[in-house]
Amino acid sequence: MADTRNAGRPLSPHLQVYRGGLTMLMSIVHRVTGVALYAGTLLLVWWLAAGATSDQYFDMVQAVFGSWAGKLVLFGFTWALIHHTLGGIRHLVWDAGHGFELKDVEMGAKLTLASSIILTLVVWAIALGVS
Amino acid sequence: MLKKTPLGQVLGLGSAKAGTEHWWRQRVTAIAGIPLVVFLIGYLLMHRGASRAEIVASMHNPMVAILMGLTILNLVWHMRLGLQVVIEDYVRTGHTKYALMLLNTFFAWVMALAGVYAILKMSFGL
Repeated sequence: MADTRNAGRPLSPHLQVYRGGLTMLMSIVHRVTGVALYAGTLLLVWWLAAGATSDQYFDMVQAVFGSWAGKLVLFGFTWALIHHTLGGIRHLVWDAGHGFELKDVEMGAKLTLASSIILTLVVWAIALGVS
Repeated sequence: MLKKTPLGQVLGLGSAKAGTEHWWRQRVTAIAGIPLVVFLIGYLLMHRGASRAEIVASMHNPMVAILMGLTILNLVWHMRLGLQVVIEDYVRTGHTKYALMLLNTFFAWVMALAGVYAILKMSFGL
């Protein structure tokens, strides 16, 4: 396709021209966790399919998830799911027209990140039976 | 200045006019996803280390089966919309872009049907 862009037309600023910051990181992480969860759907459906297959196959899948590497992946999955959900709520607040002041945006970013880490640790403390 | 032919204007041609629908569905599935994620994490925590028989038994409860089915369908719908935006943002060329768009749709349908099939099979007692 021919390049139809007008060279003189102002373009949307690129990532490179901004100094990095927490809000930029949060935006990127929201997309990255979304794509990771996309792949993670395969794990959830695989587990459900194993449940519908046979005892041996289910035990094999459980052993994979229960292994050291499996737990690490599931830990990442848990954080991605919680972080993306909380980040999504942050986006819905913006969609409703609230929280656009810079201090609110910064506060929301910190709150989302801290909550996602704490909730992930709580879920895993329960999962591993730590009391 | 309108860059449309008079005929195009009359026929209402231009964009596919599906952008608002896409944006809106992403929000609808985002909102639905909040309680469903809580359900999913709660369910998985309650059934940690469960045997297959226990998972199948849990799916005999219609509420559990329906909520799990909703979780899968909502998740798949939301992720298909989301990845479409990612593809549109980063892939400019025609063939690669449309191949990825097709794969995105195919993957979503396979995940949706495989997930729902597994849930129903367990729920109906196999």
